Amino acid sequence: MAKQLQARRLDGIDHNPWVEFVKLASEHDVVNLGQGFPDFPPPDFAVEAFQHAVSGDFMLNQYTKAFVIIIEPFFDCYEPMTVMAGGRPVFVPLKPGPIQNGELGSSSNWQLDSMELASKFTSRTKALVLNTPNNPLGKVFSREELELVASLCQQHDVVCITDEVYQWMVYDGHPHISIASLPGMWERTLTIGSAGKTFSATGWKVGWVLGPDHIMKHLRTVHQNSIFHCPTQSQAAVAESFEREQLLFGQPSSYFVQFPQAMQRRRDRMVRSLQSVGLKPVVPQGSYFLITDISDFKRKMPDLPGAVDEPYDRRFVKWMIKNKGLVAIPVSIFCSVPHQKHFDHYIRFCFVKDEATLQAMDEKLRKWKAEL
Amino acid sequence: MFLAQRSLCFPSGRAKFLKTISSSKILGFSASAKMSLKFTNAKRIEGLDGNMWIEFTKLAADPSVVNLGQGFPDISPPTYVKEELSKISAIDSLNQYTRGFGHPSLVKALSYLYEKLYQKQIDSNKEILVTVGAYGSLFNTVQALIDEGDEVILIVPFYDCYEPMVRMAGATPVFIPLRSKPVDGKRWSSSDWTLDPQELESKFNSKTKAIILNTPHNPLGKVYNKEELQVIADLCIKYDTLCISDEVYEWLVYSGNKHLKIATFPGMWERTITIGSAGKTFSVTGWKLGWSIGPNHLIKHLQTVQQNTIYTCATPLQEALAQAFWIDIKRMDDPECYFNSLPKELEVKRDRMVHLLESVGLKPIVPDGGYFIIADVSLLKLSAIPVSAFCNSETKSQFEKFVRFCFIKKDSTLDAAEEIIKAWSVQKS
Repeated sequence: MAKQLQARRLDGIDHNPWVEFVKLASEHDVVNLGQGFPDFPPPDFAVEAFQHAVSGDFMLNQYTKAFVIIIEPFFDCYEPMTVMAGGRPVFVPLKPGPIQNGELGSSSNWQLDSMELASKFTSRTKALVLNTPNNPLGKVFSREELELVASLCQQHDVVCITDEVYQWMVYDGHPHISIASLPGMWERTLTIGSAGKTFSATGWKVGWVLGPDHIMKHLRTVHQNSIFHCPTQSQAAVAESFEREQLLFGQPSSYFVQFPQAMQRRRDRMVRSLQSVGLKPVVPQGSYFLITDISDFKRKMPDLPGAVDEPYDRRFVKWMIKNKGLVAIPVSIFCSVPHQKHFDHYIRFCFVKDEATLQAMDEKLRKWKAEL
Repeated sequence: MFLAQRSLCFPSGRAKFLKTISSSKILGFSASAKMSLKFTNAKRIEGLDGNMWIEFTKLAADPSVVNLGQGFPDISPPTYVKEELSKISAIDSLNQYTRGFGHPSLVKALSYLYEKLYQKQIDSNKEILVTVGAYGSLFNTVQALIDEGDEVILIVPFYDCYEPMVRMAGATPVFIPLRSKPVDGKRWSSSDWTLDPQELESKFNSKTKAIILNTPHNPLGKVYNKEELQVIADLCIKYDTLCISDEVYEWLVYSGNKHLKIATFPGMWERTITIGSAGKTFSVTGWKLGWSIGPNHLIKHLQTVQQNTIYTCATPLQEALAQAFWIDIKRMDDPECYFNSLPKELEVKRDRMVHLLESVGLKPIVPDGGYFIIADVSLLKLSAIPVSAFCNSETKSQFEKFVRFCFIKKDSTLDAAEEIIKAWSVQKS
């Protein structure tokens, strides 16, 4: 065609890091700690719920609905989605505080500078995107931190879009707090959740958003002009799974209690394993992930192969996939382009994986250590 | 009783739907005028909030209503299709993320099948995209390829989402109606409804980005023939326009008719996106899986939209669909193949509906394909889905006397419908 084919709204957003890394992971014989999905099954009751949904009533086979502030590091899709809508992303970084020598960093140590955050709000700021627990850092925002964000949102009349997909994945007794529950916030907050992360069934692709009707009605308009429905059986399975959890809420046998406890142990195991080869993990308060400081490797092997201007962490990950058989995700993909150089010495590991996977990881790390 | 008619909120009533939020009442604290602006919807959805399916679905939820409205089967999907999904839900890896642009076993099955139908090689990774229903394919296509200020030609009556999707992309829909030839005592057929080639050409200009074609057609049931498709193809080539071909009912074609793919016409593959639907192919509308097929230089843009919206579709459903496809692909010449057996089953139901509607003095338009039949009800004041819902405001009056009935329903549903229609007819006389 002679005319420009694609709509201008796609300019600059055609590249997607997941497509690249998922492909790489599938092409090499690797232990995949990259993309965030459990490689163990969902809990039995969830699988059963899906079984019921697909073998029950056959009618379930039919149909059954400006400027944006983004806190870095951020789940990468926030930026292209903002751009595709014609919005302009404005970035404000979480920064690590100093740590004592020999001590491990914690995600709680990474904080927003309140003056810097306030300076990002202008009269043209339409929304702020919050993610707690945070991917990739694993930070769980405290009540004080949320109150700061809340007061700025109210002061500047900004909508808060809060991605809380990891809401159940909190460790060491840290509570997950929904900013929508703070005074003055319900009417300006959209809270997003995920069945995939809640029930370890990422392939079901059911998520939800909660919020006041005066904002939700606009989301419904987009819904009815895009996909219109979500699959019926998946929704039935999620509903049944929630019903089960409701009955057990707060009890030891609740999946929402047991699963994070089990994942906390895997987190701790991975933290110890990574330290054995000189990687410096940042202990996460929540989420599926932890990030690891690779500065020592950057000092010792500064010239890994890669494209001109390719951030170090991406080159490191590719080297690690090919030479050490381990997949992680470079943290610079979770940053805006101008700030990638500040994060190019971190890589992200997913520890929500089967015991066997973590054992395989230990094997690879043992071999690696032997080669050091 | 059938769904009662209400005044419809269908998309072309622009002025009715301008909404701003009066925030000071709702938010409960002293607000300046600027506050209400921040909480207003983005301009792209202005006026698009009305949707007649939502309204009719609510009305049809009343159990005393016999639902011949929305196009979903109340007959059981094939057993093997349901069984596949059941087996798959127990396989652990299939409960996690799969490839974003389409689960590998599904895109392989789709390319195998469609290579036969297109008589050309189709790259399963680069020339196919799996979406959330055909709706999702329409959305991805429009968002990827239609820009603000573009014009898109819609043939009236049209599946209602085409107009708001085009508007949501900031483009302008341009309408052209199908017109019926005079019938004179013959049985009225969907093939009697045609486009005037000169009138069609007059709608094309340098701003025309695409035309949306739907064959077999909803709501008329028209199956475009070779000559008709050639007229459209010639214009697409002459004006260098894209063709978005919604072929969800591709298997539902009745005796004496053949479904033709415009993408197979010379010069058309490179400018056409063809859309298909699992829901309509296997009578599983609730699975919400569809696909777009086309050249990589177009599909790659749909993939960009995909990776910036839903990212990936549900895994277990895609795997089950792949298995179901393989079962039927292996027996395509067999009468037992669902692609062959379903249209046979539906033709019987179609004929029954035609007979029923004629027997009470309504004038049905016998569809050559699809799930639906339209009847001229100007003799009776009754409603199902009014065909005016598939029209823009200017052409609405031409179609006001028609209603659309869906006949992919089990016999007991059609029995209940028959009783109701006959009762009306008795009342009237």
